[in-house]
Amino acid sequence: MSAGAYNFAYLDEQTKRMIRRAILKAIAIPGYQVPFASREMPMPYGWGTGGVQVTAAIIGPDDVLKVIDQGSDDTTNAVSIRGFFVKTSGVATTTRTDAATVIQTRHRIPETPLAAGQILVYQVPIPEPLRFLEPRETETRTMHALEEYGLMHVKLYEDIARHGHIATTYAYPVKVAGRYVMDPSPTPKFDNPKMHRSPALQLFGAGREKRIYAIPPHTDVVSLDFEDHPFSVQEFDAPCALCGAEGVFLDEVIVDDAGGRMFVCSDSDHCEERRAAGHEGTLAGAPAWSGAAAAAATEDAS
Amino acid sequence: MTGPGAKGGPLLRASGITKFYGDRVGCRDIGFELWPGEVLAIVGESGSGKTTLLNCLATRVVPTAGVIEYRMRDGRMRDLHALSDAERRLLMRTDWGFVHQNPIDGLRMTVSAGGNVGERLMAVGERHYGHIRETATDWLGRVEIAADRVDDDPRSFSGGMRQRLQIARNLVTGPRLVFMDEPTGGLDVSVQARLLDLLRGLVADLGLSAIVVTHDLAVARLLSHRMLVMKGGEVIEEGLTDQVLDDPQAAYTQLLVSSILQV
Ligand SMILES: [Zn+2]
Repeated sequence: MSAGAYNFAYLDEQTKRMIRRAILKAIAIPGYQVPFASREMPMPYGWGTGGVQVTAAIIGPDDVLKVIDQGSDDTTNAVSIRGFFVKTSGVATTTRTDAATVIQTRHRIPETPLAAGQILVYQVPIPEPLRFLEPRETETRTMHALEEYGLMHVKLYEDIARHGHIATTYAYPVKVAGRYVMDPSPTPKFDNPKMHRSPALQLFGAGREKRIYAIPPHTDVVSLDFEDHPFSVQEFDAPCALCGAEGVFLDEVIVDDAGGRMFVCSDSDHCEERRAAGHEGTLAGAPAWSGAAAAAATEDAS
Repeated sequence: MTGPGAKGGPLLRASGITKFYGDRVGCRDIGFELWPGEVLAIVGESGSGKTTLLNCLATRVVPTAGVIEYRMRDGRMRDLHALSDAERRLLMRTDWGFVHQNPIDGLRMTVSAGGNVGERLMAVGERHYGHIRETATDWLGRVEIAADRVDDDPRSFSGGMRQRLQIARNLVTGPRLVFMDEPTGGLDVSVQARLLDLLRGLVADLGLSAIVVTHDLAVARLLSHRMLVMKGGEVIEEGLTDQVLDDPQAAYTQLLVSSILQV
């Protein structure tokens, strides 16, 4: 595959215009799911085709792209999507959050606060937050149109009735700009507050479901809850074992065959940056966990 | 008592209600008034058009002709089929109830009893879990479901319990009008009797108006003040329930009544 065999960023210009129109409409109606004619991409559904199409429609030759999957730049999925854009568009890539202009993500929002001018593109498997109790799409569409969102609270009610607290920790529903209830995609609820009034533009693409939605910069994003069971984010007992960071989202990592485990930053770039700046956790200096991401920190277009 | 002179006028007025399905008549030229606190039974055999009429009245089906007016909480009569979707749906989940024959059609089977009852409260903006649960538990008590079942889902309930749960789910917002489609159908006879007693008590206590569709004259007798007898899509007899059942005028009604008395 060579860049010459494709239009810039793979999609033809007409398709990009169609997707951009959907994106503009999505930005104009924050949180509203805009249907679009999702195209076949050279990767199967479930591999981020929605996010890839959004990125392809907005990326330009001067952009710097970062791709993360579960917070990491070096998973197979992240590497292959980054490779796809390098080949088809030749844009520069980075693993550094603050160096990127476009960040495509699955499951996380970077720990480093986003800035004005940056665009975060989410890969979304299921865009409809009401689907879990109301499978009829005609009905969910009407519910959105008429702002009938009681059902979302039924789900949270059930959580509390069954678990004593709101047990939903991923894809935790939010209300955007005081109007549309939205599924933030399978990000942990830990990241929900980062969406609120973010200076960055947030775009969501669901390929199989053919939907695009958006949160414009500086938009209110409020997690649904009850007065007597207010929304709260996950808390972790200990800081990152590698960089000592607190107040970040941690992943549990198995470190040996004996069942040894540790908790480390899910955002691998954030962890690298902190360690490079001299921060140390209890297991600082542990070898295995760093390699690829650090090496790829300034991957070049070629 | 109720009547043309009663304060405020009728709660619902239907005139000329006609529904065709292609060439086939569902119901034809039906008119009546329903007064606050009144229970009207629509009686007939299957195919009589009673369910079509109910669906037209409850705005689940658009009639081919005719007008249904309803007195909103602000006292104004409104043409139901001219309401916006938003107004109609708000009406349906606050001021109305609809009790389906099969509770599965009216319940969320994978949601707890408390969640089923609480849904309408959450739909109108209640956001305090403790209040919702308390209200739901209270309503479960009123339909004779033990408080310790509040977190169980209706899949574990008997048919009679499911039907009672469906009733509680409908009544929690204090509706003024409840539509019931064969509310005791599909239940054992002894369970039917208990449910009818419960319904009768609730309707009286709450001063509800109700439109009950049934093929069962015993249900009409126990629940309703007034009844319409339907056959072939038309109303062939109407009047106070006791009068119609004790002294039926139409030959068809006489046949219905005599068939039940033979049992
Ligand atoms: Zn770390």
